[in-house]
Amino acid sequence: MSAAGTITSGPPAQARKLDVARIRGDFPILKRQVHGKRLVYLDNAATTQKPECMIEALGSFYRTSNANIHRGIHKLAEEATGLYEATRKVVARFLGGADPHGVIFTRNCTEAINLVAYAWGRHNIKPGDEVLLTEMEHHSNLVPWIILAREKGAVLKHIPLQENGTLRLDDLDKLVTPRTKLVSCMMVSNALGTINPVGEIAAMARRVGAKVLLDGAQALPHLPVDVKKLDFDFLAFSAHKMLGPTGVGVLHARPELLRSMEPFLGGGEMIREVRHDSATWNEVPHKFEAGTPNIADVAAFSSSIEYLEAIGMPQVREHELSLCRYAMAELRKIPSIRILGPEDPNLRSGVVSFVDQDLHPHDLSQILDQHGVAIRAGHHCAQLVMRFFKTVATARASFYIYNDRDDIDVLVESLRLARKYFGF
Amino acid sequence: MEEPRFNDLYRDIILDHYRRPRGRTPVTSPDVENEGLNPVCGDEVKVSIKLEDGRVKHVSVLGRGCAISTASGSMLAELLPGKTLDEVEKLFKAFKRMMHDEGVPQDVEIGDLDSLEGVKNYPVRIKCALLSWVTLEDALNSLRSGQNQLDKTTTTELEGKGGFAL
Repeated sequence: MSAAGTITSGPPAQARKLDVARIRGDFPILKRQVHGKRLVYLDNAATTQKPECMIEALGSFYRTSNANIHRGIHKLAEEATGLYEATRKVVARFLGGADPHGVIFTRNCTEAINLVAYAWGRHNIKPGDEVLLTEMEHHSNLVPWIILAREKGAVLKHIPLQENGTLRLDDLDKLVTPRTKLVSCMMVSNALGTINPVGEIAAMARRVGAKVLLDGAQALPHLPVDVKKLDFDFLAFSAHKMLGPTGVGVLHARPELLRSMEPFLGGGEMIREVRHDSATWNEVPHKFEAGTPNIADVAAFSSSIEYLEAIGMPQVREHELSLCRYAMAELRKIPSIRILGPEDPNLRSGVVSFVDQDLHPHDLSQILDQHGVAIRAGHHCAQLVMRFFKTVATARASFYIYNDRDDIDVLVESLRLARKYFGF
Repeated sequence: MEEPRFNDLYRDIILDHYRRPRGRTPVTSPDVENEGLNPVCGDEVKVSIKLEDGRVKHVSVLGRGCAISTASGSMLAELLPGKTLDEVEKLFKAFKRMMHDEGVPQDVEIGDLDSLEGVKNYPVRIKCALLSWVTLEDALNSLRSGQNQLDKTTTTELEGKGGFAL
């Protein structure tokens, strides 16, 4: 899919198959039972499970290296600082050789987007300026801009969704105007799984000199992404959706751009010098990491990335594509079920959002839970998407490296039983 | 694969109300009306009441939701006719107490609502069970404070069209 820019959506030529049985062995939680059944975890777009190596790294940090970072002149502080900063380099490497100075750790992807809205948006968006979003966005890439637009008298525009679950780009050249200062777009939809043509969207933004923010929360964990081939100013994503701990997000941007920006939060670590009524700022990325950060979780995050690197992102992608193709084919055998989003699995990540015409997603999810199957039921923080499809909620199964066809078989069989249970 | 057992959640009475919900005939020129939204799932409901001689004459509970919220709304429609507004208030206070596991007063007849008691063990679903009731409660509160009921007293945000089906 050339429109997706540098996001690889098809399988690579010579991909190794994932050894799912071995991978499953690395995830302790998958050994547990739920209501007496094997756990079938299909809520990976919400958060992924954690490999033993990450859990061990987290415990090990607290057991052996815990200290506050950057200023302590003692062994533990040096170790803790080393581990924290090492993850910055690992993230930069994972992104395809980015500059570690342009890697900022936040609390989550939402905070990373808010950082841009506050530190860049408040100083660069003027009354009447336009911010272009999409109708597909997660609330985390809508609400910060709603707040900013309200404060600044700016105008929000949205690239529309279309029936097939992709963005309608026909009028993109009209939606991008000389007043457009920022285009902010998700790379992959959490609600539909759609892989967006962010290359094409960014190219249009560049014609008017607008900045580009990419929400990579659902892309970085699932697709090979090389930032050197991707056109953007800001890239945000979350650790916990890619085998990492909760409480860690990443904002990536060019260090020059970060240097030109005002700070986000003020406090310790982000300053160089403080006087009674003035202060100067620390170097990037520290300028944007006020206060004691989430040291232990950042330190542990590197092991999650290394785990993914060892498998290989092209292999991750191919595995999910194969599961997605199988799940869509199996779900289509239940006539009451309608799958939302692109029909072609190549155009989506490992997310299948669906609606049963007779059963509410809440009830479905509740029955599935009794079979040990964890899916998500709700609006997926994407109420614009729900409204477009004239629904209030969908059921969503989302896959990752430890899922296999057996999991999908259990899902589909549980759906059939749920229908029977409610008398359909 | 075995069929699931939900002795405490999807009781037969609940499934009966879900399959054949009561109160689906819209009340014309209602005296009390309000729309509510469950922020967890986006389910919407419209509760309308026609009064006569200080008692509930007709009730309609419209909208689409999950089995729990549909059944609870259906029970509301079944229980309210003939009651004064004070009795209605007593009833929903008793039901709320049941959902929050605070015990139901002995002097309140709760009818089929009894079957929803198991919902209290599923925290996310309590909002489903209470949706039509808090929607009614808001309407009654506004009625007492003298607002024009027909202006819609919606206190929860309501947008878009209801129903999960496509």
